[in-house]
Amino acid sequence: MNSTTTTQEKAKAATPVSQNGASGSKSYASTFVLEFEKPILELEQKIDEMRTLAESSGMGNLAVEIDRMQKKATRLREEVFSKLTRWQKVQLARHPRRPYTLDYTDRICTSFLELHGDRCFSDDHALVSGIAEIDGQSLMIMGHQKGRGTKENIYRNFGMANPEGYRKAIRLLAMAQKFKLPVVTFIDTPGAYPGLGAEERGQAEAIARSLYEMARLEVPIITFVIGEGGSGGALALSVADRIFMLEYSIYSVISPEGCASILYRDAGQAPQAAEALRLTADDLLELGIIDGIIPEPSGGAHENHDEIAARVKARILESLPDLMSETTQKLLEARHRKYERIGFFLES
Amino acid sequence: MALEWFRREKGPISAGQKKSSQDTLWVKCEGCGEIVFKKELEKLQLVCPKCSFHFAMPAESYIALLADEGTWTESDHTLRPQDPLQFKDSKKYSDRVAASIKTTGKYDAMTIGSCTLGEFPVELGIMDFSFMGGSVGSVVGEKISRGVDRAIAERRALILVSRSGGMRMQEGMISLMQMAKTSVKLTQLGEAGLPYISVITNPTTGGTTASFSMLGDVIVAEPGALIGFAGPRVIKQTIGQDLPPGFQRSEFLLEKGFLDRIVNRQALKTTIVQVLKALMHQEAAQA
Ligand SMILES: [Zn+2]
Repeated sequence: MNSTTTTQEKAKAATPVSQNGASGSKSYASTFVLEFEKPILELEQKIDEMRTLAESSGMGNLAVEIDRMQKKATRLREEVFSKLTRWQKVQLARHPRRPYTLDYTDRICTSFLELHGDRCFSDDHALVSGIAEIDGQSLMIMGHQKGRGTKENIYRNFGMANPEGYRKAIRLLAMAQKFKLPVVTFIDTPGAYPGLGAEERGQAEAIARSLYEMARLEVPIITFVIGEGGSGGALALSVADRIFMLEYSIYSVISPEGCASILYRDAGQAPQAAEALRLTADDLLELGIIDGIIPEPSGGAHENHDEIAARVKARILESLPDLMSETTQKLLEARHRKYERIGFFLES
Repeated sequence: MALEWFRREKGPISAGQKKSSQDTLWVKCEGCGEIVFKKELEKLQLVCPKCSFHFAMPAESYIALLADEGTWTESDHTLRPQDPLQFKDSKKYSDRVAASIKTTGKYDAMTIGSCTLGEFPVELGIMDFSFMGGSVGSVVGEKISRGVDRAIAERRALILVSRSGGMRMQEGMISLMQMAKTSVKLTQLGEAGLPYISVITNPTTGGTTASFSMLGDVIVAEPGALIGFAGPRVIKQTIGQDLPPGFQRSEFLLEKGFLDRIVNRQALKTTIVQVLKALMHQEAAQA
């Protein structure tokens, strides 16, 4: 669990910023660059400069050179991204420019109406949900929501839900069943919030109840891990008929930092822990935990929000007909068989 | 979510391991600090006669406490861990498992089987903290899964006694998925109309609490047990202040509405019988 996060109490005191996570702090979002992205971006900047120069001076003979450099930049990007370490994928999964749940609903839904509150305690801004329409299909969408920049992140509690977030999800799962709406969930959280109030209001019970209700929900559930799948707080929204991970998303029983500080007694060994935990989309497909991987645009989902959203949308539309044509009994049986099979053990 | 048992490993674990100058005869109570005669403690199910502190108790003692005499049959005792990730930190997971098997004489952190309890047929599973901090991996998940199948087939109630530091991180996502797997199985038990009683003992945290421990039709806990989602150390680190006294203890959870009852170990069997009598009245009528 991330130890540098702010308290829920602080989050409560913070002034809400924009309702929709994407707007607001463009400058912060557009400037963040990871260490291994730097050489690629520097090269691309150089190309941009040469283009400007070529245009202003009318030096047509630069075109060949620009073309050569463009190819070089593409090659470099391919090379860097073809041998990413697990730790680098963790960094991409947490990239501040990465699209979040509301960036997807903005792009894939014909309409999306956010519904708030757990009818019990409060509205959790770290977990958003609502009724949506995608190309004529009504559905229920819910997901963790991170913020961009400090202010939004405090408002969103860094995507770490409290019990009321999961209880809001449970309430809307019941609504989905009542009105026969298929459910799509987006996973992107460092974990469920480990705070005083969260414990007081039953974080464990809320997560357990969510797992239970998803396990028996009589409508199809499709899950997309779009960024960070942080432990139980992520699992609580992902007992599903189909689980897809974005190419550079991660899903783990514990954060690499948390694992390193317990097992290696040094959070600095997170890169090694990330390797050991096998938390990438490739790893989890191989282990039989997920059903598919959504390839990301060149350079990662953050380089092209529209493109990745289109791919996610396509996957939703591809997956729904099969799931929706099943009888409730068959649907639940298949969901149950899928989870009953997970486990590696020896016997006798 | 994942366990913190490495830190607790060195702490006092059970009366049997407590050493003093007259190590095998006397133990010092962790609750009141008094010196207690070990023989007396054992007669009292390891509950301190002076302050009611509940010492950790091994699975065998819970079986002796709860199962009607001569009715216990263990199931799936040969299930043991694999190493799907080839996980290695300072030690290999496979070596940690081997060491735990050697010191505990068990293959994993749960013992499960069937018995009658006050003449009611039950499937009873008990966790052992001494096996890798009672962490939940594939074996515990599979044992609960098969236990539910047997309970449904034989019309038995399910009782799980939790004592666990959470999910076993050496099995990575496979262990996290055991939360989903056990929840799936519990919906099947619920669908069959059979009761599940969750008994939570000290300490139970992480994914264990956030799945089967908190899904009982009736949830009881032993007095003073630490029960939570996040461990106290993580919460303290997150909020940067000390935790209030009694935080995340059974009494706190009862007050906040997350437990049905706190039950002294000596009253555990009679309480469970009372619950089963009420919840299994239809079964009894049909039998
Ligand atoms: Zn005492």
